[in-house]
Amino acid sequence: MTTGVDGHGEGAKVSLINDPRWRGLFFQAALLLAVIWLFWSIVDNTVTNLSERNIASGFGFLDSTAGFSIIQTLVPFSEESSYGRVYVVGLLNTLLVAIVGIFFATILGFVVGIMRLSRNWLVARIATVYVEVVRNLPLLLQIFFWYFAVLRALPGPRDSVNIGDAVFINNRGIIAPSPIYGEGFAAMPVALLIGLVLSFGIRRWARKRQEATGQQFPVFLTALGLIVGLPLIAGLATGFPVTWDMPALAGFNFKGGFVVIPELISLVLALAIYTASFIAEIVRAGILSVSHGQTEASYALGMRPGSTLRLIIIPQALRVIIPPLTSQYLNLTKNSSLAVAIAYPDLVSVFAGTVLNQTGQAVEVLLMTMLTYLTLSIATSVFMNWYNARIALKER
Amino acid sequence: MKQSVLLGAVASAALAASAASASTLDNVKAKGFIQCGVSQGLPGFSNTDDAGKWTGLDVDLCRAVAAAVFGDASKVKYTPLSAKERFTALQSSEIDILSRNTTWTMTRDTSLGLNFAGVNYYDGQGFMIRKSLGIASALELGGASVCTNTGTTTELNAADFFRKNSMDYTLVAFEKADEVVAAYDSGRCDVYTTDASGLYAQRLKLTNPDEHMVLPEIISKEPLGPVVRQGDDQWFNIVKWTHFAMLNAEELGVDSENVEQMKGTDNPSIRRLLGIEGEFGQGLGLSNDWAVNIIAQVGNYGEVFDRNVGPDTPLGISRGLNALWTDGGIQYAPPVR
Repeated sequence: MTTGVDGHGEGAKVSLINDPRWRGLFFQAALLLAVIWLFWSIVDNTVTNLSERNIASGFGFLDSTAGFSIIQTLVPFSEESSYGRVYVVGLLNTLLVAIVGIFFATILGFVVGIMRLSRNWLVARIATVYVEVVRNLPLLLQIFFWYFAVLRALPGPRDSVNIGDAVFINNRGIIAPSPIYGEGFAAMPVALLIGLVLSFGIRRWARKRQEATGQQFPVFLTALGLIVGLPLIAGLATGFPVTWDMPALAGFNFKGGFVVIPELISLVLALAIYTASFIAEIVRAGILSVSHGQTEASYALGMRPGSTLRLIIIPQALRVIIPPLTSQYLNLTKNSSLAVAIAYPDLVSVFAGTVLNQTGQAVEVLLMTMLTYLTLSIATSVFMNWYNARIALKER
Repeated sequence: MKQSVLLGAVASAALAASAASASTLDNVKAKGFIQCGVSQGLPGFSNTDDAGKWTGLDVDLCRAVAAAVFGDASKVKYTPLSAKERFTALQSSEIDILSRNTTWTMTRDTSLGLNFAGVNYYDGQGFMIRKSLGIASALELGGASVCTNTGTTTELNAADFFRKNSMDYTLVAFEKADEVVAAYDSGRCDVYTTDASGLYAQRLKLTNPDEHMVLPEIISKEPLGPVVRQGDDQWFNIVKWTHFAMLNAEELGVDSENVEQMKGTDNPSIRRLLGIEGEFGQGLGLSNDWAVNIIAQVGNYGEVFDRNVGPDTPLGISRGLNALWTDGGIQYAPPVR
C-alpha cells in the first residue's frame, strides 16, 4: 500500500477533505438526505396533486358506512358497518385462508416429499408426477379449476348430498349444524386446557426419566387419554350443555347451521396443493442433505426405519428445510390475494377492491393493504427464524 | 418495510406526476389518437368482434369523438378496464375518455376529480333468474344467492333493495363479468344482478340463454355515460357536444346516409349543426365540420343504438327511456346555436 512509513496513526495532519473516514461519513449523510428528500417530494407531490384535482384524500372514509354485504365474515358485519370494519373482515378472511392453507400444504408437502424418496417404484412415481404437474401450472388456472370443478360436481340445494340429516353438501357450500353453548359449558374447554398442560408436563418428565434411567413411558397414549378423557368427564358431569342449530331447507337454500362456502374450499385446496408441490421438493432436498451414513449408523444401532426417519433424519433435515419453507409460507399468504378471481372475500377483494372502488381513495387503500401484507410477511418470517434458531445445530 | 413504502410512494407519484399541464386536446392531437377506456367485454356496449375489432355503443362514442377531433373515426386506441381500475386509469391520464357503462353518481362526480359528460344510455338494475324456479317478481327472492360484480353501484343497490324489503340474501361478488356468468351458469347463484342492459348482454353467454329470464323490477336509476377528468373544460365540452351532436342529428333527421345532401337544406338548425352557418366548431377548438364527420362516419344516436343494442341485434333492447324526447323518451340535447 501507499501509506508508506509515515502512514496513519502517526499524528500526520490530514485535511478533513482527504480523510477517508470523514469523506465516507459525508457521502453516507448526503445519500441519506437525498433519500429523505426523494420520499418527501414524492409524498408532497402526491398530496398536492390529489387536492388540486379535487380527489378526496385522508383516512376519514374508514368511518363511513359500507352499504354492501360480504359473503363470509368471521366477526359480526352488516351493511351498516363501516369501511374500517370491512378491513377487519377482509384481514381475518385472509388470515383464515393463510393459516388453513399453510397447515394442509405442510402436511401434504412432507408426505409427498418423503414419498418421492420411497423405494417403492409406484409411490415414488406418483409423487414425481404430482410435483411436476402441479408446480408447473399457473396458480390462477388451478384456482379456477378447483372452483368450477367443485361447483359443477355439486348438486343444487334441493338435491343436496344429505349426511344423516345434519350435514348437507351442495353448490352453496357445506352446511353443518352449529353449536349453541348452554350454561356450564365452560367446564369442557377448561378440562381440555388442564389435559394439555398435564400432557406437556408428563412428556417432559418422561424424557428426563428416559435420559436418566433408559426406561420409556407411553407418553402418547397417556396424553391422548388426558386430552380426550378429561373434557369427556367434565361434559358428563355438567350434562353436555350444548344444543345444535340444525340446518333446514327453506326457500332457495338452507337456513341455520354454519356454512363453509365453496370459494373458501376451492381456494384452500388450490393454495395447499400448489404450495405443497414446492414444499415436497424442499423436504426431499432436506432429507437428501443428511448423509446416508446417519441412516446406516442408526440401523446399526438397531433402530427401525420409522424411528430412524423420525428421530435421526428429519431433525437434521429440518435445518435445511426451514429457511426455504419460510418463503413458501410467505408465498402462500401473498398468493391468497388471487381470491378476488373467485369471489372469496379476502383483504384484496373486499378492501383493495370494493372499498377502493366505492370511495375512490386508491392511494390510502393500497397503502394500507400493502402495509398489512408486509406486516404479515414479516411476522411469519420472524416466527420461522426464531424456530430455525431453536432447532439449529448446537455446537458444544 | 422501507422498500414497500417506496414502491407505494413511487406508484402514487406515477399517478400524480402525470398531472398534465397541457390540455387534453393538445395531447391527443400530439399523439394522433384518443385513448379510450372501455369494458372488458360487454356485447352491445364494448366488445371485440371475431376480427378483434372493438364495437358497441360505448365504443361508438369514442369513435365519434375521434371523428370530431381528427375527422377520422378510426383514430382510437382501447384500454379494457375492470370496474375497479377504471377511475384510477382516467385520473392518472392513462386514458382520455372513460366510456364504459359507468353510472353517474354524486360521489363519483364530486369527490373523484371526474366529470360526467352526458348520458348515452339510461339504464336500471335488474335481476335474472332461471325460468325453472317459477318466480315472477323480485319480491320473491328472499333467501337467494345473488351473483354480481365487485366495486360497482350494483352491489350497493342490491344491498339496499334486499334491506328495504327485509329479505335475506347472500351476495357473491366477482371481479370480472366472465366469472359472474360462469358462476351463475354453474348454479352457484340463484340470481344474477347488474344493469338490465348488462343482463341482456350477458345472457347471450350462458349455456342455454332461453332457460333464463329477466324479472320485471328495475330497482335503481343507472344513467350511464362517458367520463372525463375535471379541470379541462375544453375537452369536457368536446365529449359532451359529440354526444349532443348525435342526438340533435337524429332529432333533425340527419343520418350517415343523407348528411351530404342535408348540407344543402334551408333548415337553419341543420345548417348550424353541419357548420354551414356560424362558427360553432371554433368554440370547441375543432374544425367547423366536426359534426358532419361524426354523423358521416359513426351515425346519429338512433343509428348507433339500432346497430349495437337495438331490436334487430341479438340483445334486442327497445328504445324505451332512450328514445328522443320527441318520441316519448328522455334523450334530450341542448340546441346548437
